[in-house]
Amino acid sequence: MSEPSKKLRVATASLAGCFGCHMSLLDIDERLTELLEHVELDASPLTDQKHVGTCDIGLIEGGLCNADNVHVLRAFRRHCKILVAVGACAVNGGLPAQRNHLDIRDCLQSVYLTGLGVERGFIPNDPELPLPLAQVHPLHDVVKIDYFLPGCPPSADAIWQFLSDLIAGRTPQLGHGLIRYD
Amino acid sequence: MHSADPDLAAAVAAILTHHRHDATRLVQILREVMQQRGYLPPATLTQIASALHLSRAHVEGVAGFYAFFSCHSQGRFRVLFSDNITDQMCGSHELQRRMLDAFRIELGEVSRDGLVSVGRTSCTGLCDQGPALLVNGRAIARLTPARIGALSALIRGGQPVTEWPENLFTIDSHIRRRDRLLSTPLLPGEGIRAAISRGRDATLAEIKRSDLRGRGGAGFATATKWDACQKAPGPTRFVVCNADEGEPGTFKDRELLTHHAQQVIEGMSVAAFVIGAQRGLIYLRGEYPFLIEPLEAVLAARRAQGLLGRAVAGAPDFDFDIELHVGAGAYVCGEESALLESLEGKRGIPRNRPPYPVTHGYQGKPTVVNNVETLLAAAHIAKQGGAWFRSVGTSKSAGTKILSISGDVAHPGTYEFPFGVSMRHILEEAGARDVQAVQVGGPSGVLLASHELERKLAFEDVPSAGAFMVFDRSRDILSVVDNFTRFFAHESCGFCTPCRVGTTLNQQIMGRVVSGHGSRRDVKDLIRVSRLLKTASHCGLGTTASNPITDALAKFRPSFDRRLASMDVLPAFDLDEALAPAREVTARDDAAAHFSEPETTS
Ligand SMILES: Cc1cc2nc3c(=O)[nH]c(=O)nc-3n(C[C@H](O)[C@H](O)[C@H](O)COP(=O)(O)O)c2cc1C
Ligand code: SF4
Ligand code: SF4
Repeated sequence: MSEPSKKLRVATASLAGCFGCHMSLLDIDERLTELLEHVELDASPLTDQKHVGTCDIGLIEGGLCNADNVHVLRAFRRHCKILVAVGACAVNGGLPAQRNHLDIRDCLQSVYLTGLGVERGFIPNDPELPLPLAQVHPLHDVVKIDYFLPGCPPSADAIWQFLSDLIAGRTPQLGHGLIRYD
Repeated sequence: MHSADPDLAAAVAAILTHHRHDATRLVQILREVMQQRGYLPPATLTQIASALHLSRAHVEGVAGFYAFFSCHSQGRFRVLFSDNITDQMCGSHELQRRMLDAFRIELGEVSRDGLVSVGRTSCTGLCDQGPALLVNGRAIARLTPARIGALSALIRGGQPVTEWPENLFTIDSHIRRRDRLLSTPLLPGEGIRAAISRGRDATLAEIKRSDLRGRGGAGFATATKWDACQKAPGPTRFVVCNADEGEPGTFKDRELLTHHAQQVIEGMSVAAFVIGAQRGLIYLRGEYPFLIEPLEAVLAARRAQGLLGRAVAGAPDFDFDIELHVGAGAYVCGEESALLESLEGKRGIPRNRPPYPVTHGYQGKPTVVNNVETLLAAAHIAKQGGAWFRSVGTSKSAGTKILSISGDVAHPGTYEFPFGVSMRHILEEAGARDVQAVQVGGPSGVLLASHELERKLAFEDVPSAGAFMVFDRSRDILSVVDNFTRFFAHESCGFCTPCRVGTTLNQQIMGRVVSGHGSRRDVKDLIRVSRLLKTASHCGLGTTASNPITDALAKFRPSFDRRLASMDVLPAFDLDEALAPAREVTARDDAAAHFSEPETTS
C-alpha cells in the first residue's frame, strides 16, 4: 500500500444523469483550487479514470437505469467510506424515471422496430451493451447512501457547502437558501 | 365525450338551478353530476365554472381533490371495495380477485367495453358487516363469493344500480350495549324546549356541569367551545355537525344517525340556541348515501312540528334551520377546518389554526363544529341536566363513550360503555378471544398489545374517537400496520411537504418490509420519517399518520425484525427480475444479462 495521503480521495460518477450535477460542481469556480488542496480525485469523468479505488468520498450523479449503473454503484459502495447521492436523479430517479410508467419492452420496440422512419430495425442485443432495468431507481434502492444532496442540479454553493462540511468532518447542513422545496 | 352534448348541458343546468347557483354547493353539484354521468366531463367543468362565476381551475381543483370524483370516464359500473384492514381480514382481497377475473380486468382498470371498473376505497364504515363495497356510490355489505357472483351478473345485465333488488343494499344494525345515551328516551322537541325554558346561560351552565368533552377525537370541552363561539363578535353564527366519520374502523355515527337522528338534530338545535346560530349544517360522509333520505325526512318532520324554521319551539326570536351536505370520499375533511372548506365548496385543505372556527368558521363567521355523538349527548343533557351525565365516568372523562367494535370478536357492533371501563372488560363483552392487539381510536389512535388490557377507556388513559379493532393471534401485525400506512398515504391531502412525502415514504418502506425485502436501514428510516411527520405536519392527519408504525415498533418489534431480509442494506427490488423484460425483447441470456450475487452493504 502506498503511503496514506493526507488529502481525501474523492471519486465521482455519472450514472443515469445528464452531467448537469458535474457541471454544477465545476461551477464552484475559483473555489476548485481550494478544493484541490484538500482532495485528490480518483475515478471520475474529470480524470477519465474508469475503475474506482479505495476512497473517502464517492459522489454519484444520476439514478439507475441499467445493469452497468448497478455495477458501478456497487463498486463505489465497496470502495467509498462515504457515498453521496448528488442531484434529483440520484435521490429520486429524477427525469429519467419519467419512463417508469411505460413498459420498457414497448420503449425498446418503438425505438428500434416500430418507430417512425425505422426500416429493417432490430433491438441491439450485443452482450457488451448493458440491459436497461424495468424501471429507473434512485440509488438508495440498491445500496446504502450516507448523504443526499438534493437539487436539479444542486447549486454550486450547495455543493461547496456540502463538501466543505464533509472535508472538515462536520455533518453536512444545508442552510436556508441552499435547499429549495416546491 | 362530446364537448357539445346538449342533453348533458341541460342536465347540468338543471342541477345548477336546483342548487340555486350557489358556489358553496359546488361539492354537492359535482356529486350529482357524478351520480348521473359517472364522471365529470371537461365541458361540464367549464359549464359549472362559468355558471358559478368560478375559475375553471378552481372547479377542476375541487373535482380532482375528492376520491369519489373522476374527470375521466369510468366504467358504467364503478365498483370500489372498502379497503379497511377489517375488510381485508374477512377476505375482501380474494373477493376482489374474483370480480376482477370475472371481467378480465385489473384493479383500477376499466373493462374494454366500458362496462365496469374495480378499485379500492378507504374504510366505508361497515366494519361490523364487512367486507363491503360501493357500486356507483351505493353501499353493499356482507360480501360473499355468492354475492360477488350475483353482483357480477347484475353488472353484466346492465340495469342501472337504482333498479337492482333493494335487499342487496340493506345495512344491518348491531347496537349491542346501551347505557345512558342510548337507553334514555328523548322525544322530538324535549331537549330544545328544556333549553328554552331554562334559558341560554343556564343551559350552557348545565353543559359545563356535565363536563362533556368532544367525541370526535380531540376531547375539547364542549361548554368552553360553545361559550367562546357565543361571545365571538358579529350577528351570524353556525352550528356544524361533523358526520364525516372517516377514521377506519368507526361506524358509531352511522348507527346514531340511523336510530337517533332526531336526538342529534335536537343537539344541534340546543347548540344553536345557546350560541345564537341561525343556520346549521350536517356534513355527512359520502360513503353513507343511504342516510340522506332518512335525514332529510327527519329535518322535514321537525320543520312540520315547528322544531326547525322560524320561531323554533315557539321561541319568538329563535329562527334556526339545517342543511345537509354530503362529502365525496376524503378522510381529511373530518378535520374541522378542512370540513368547513369543503362545506364552502372548496378543496378540503385544513386551514391555519388559529384563528379557530369558534371565531372564524364557516364563511369566516363564528362556528361550532361538533361530532354527532357530542351533539347527541348535549341534547340529553339539556333535558336531564349536567349532573345526570356527570354521575358516570372518570374524573377527567364524564359520561359514556360509544364504540364501534370490529375485527376478531364474536359480536361486532356498536357499544355504549361508561368511561373508565377496562379494555379487558370491553373485549369480554364483545366476545374477543386470544387477543394479540387492539387498535383503539383507529389508525390515528393507539395500538395496544395484550399486556395493556387493564388500561382504561378514558381521555386520560386510552382515548378513542370510537374505533376499536381487535386482532387475534392468528393475525400478522405488519399487515395491519401496512394497511394503515397505505391509508394515510392515500388520504394525505398533499398540502404540506412533510405529510405528502412522509406518508408515501412510510408506505414504500412498509411495503418493502412486509414483502420481505426490508433491512435494518428501513426500520431506521421508518423511525426518522415518523418523527418528521409527527413534528412538522400542518394538521392532525400528518401528526398522527405514523402512530401505527411507532406503536408497532415499540410493542411488536420482533414482528419487524423477523421479517427483515437482512440486517444489512438489501436492494429494494429484485435486481435480476428487473432485467427480465429487456432480456425478453433482446432475446439475451448471457451472463451480463443477469445479476448473480445478492450483494449487501451495511
Ligand atoms: C384528520 C382528521 C380527521 C378527523 N375526522 C373527524 C371525523 O370524522 N369526525 C369528527 O367528529 N371529528 C373528526 N376530527 C376531529 C375534528 O377536527 C374536530 O375536532 C371535531 O369534529 C370537533 O368536535 P367535538 O368537539 O365534538 O369532538 C378529525 C380530525 C382530524 C385531524
Ligand atoms: S439532477 Fe438534474 S442536473 Fe443532476 S443529473 Fe439529474 S437532471 Fe442532470
Ligand atoms: S398534514 Fe397531511 S393532510 Fe394535513 S395539511 Fe399536511 S398534507 Fe394535508
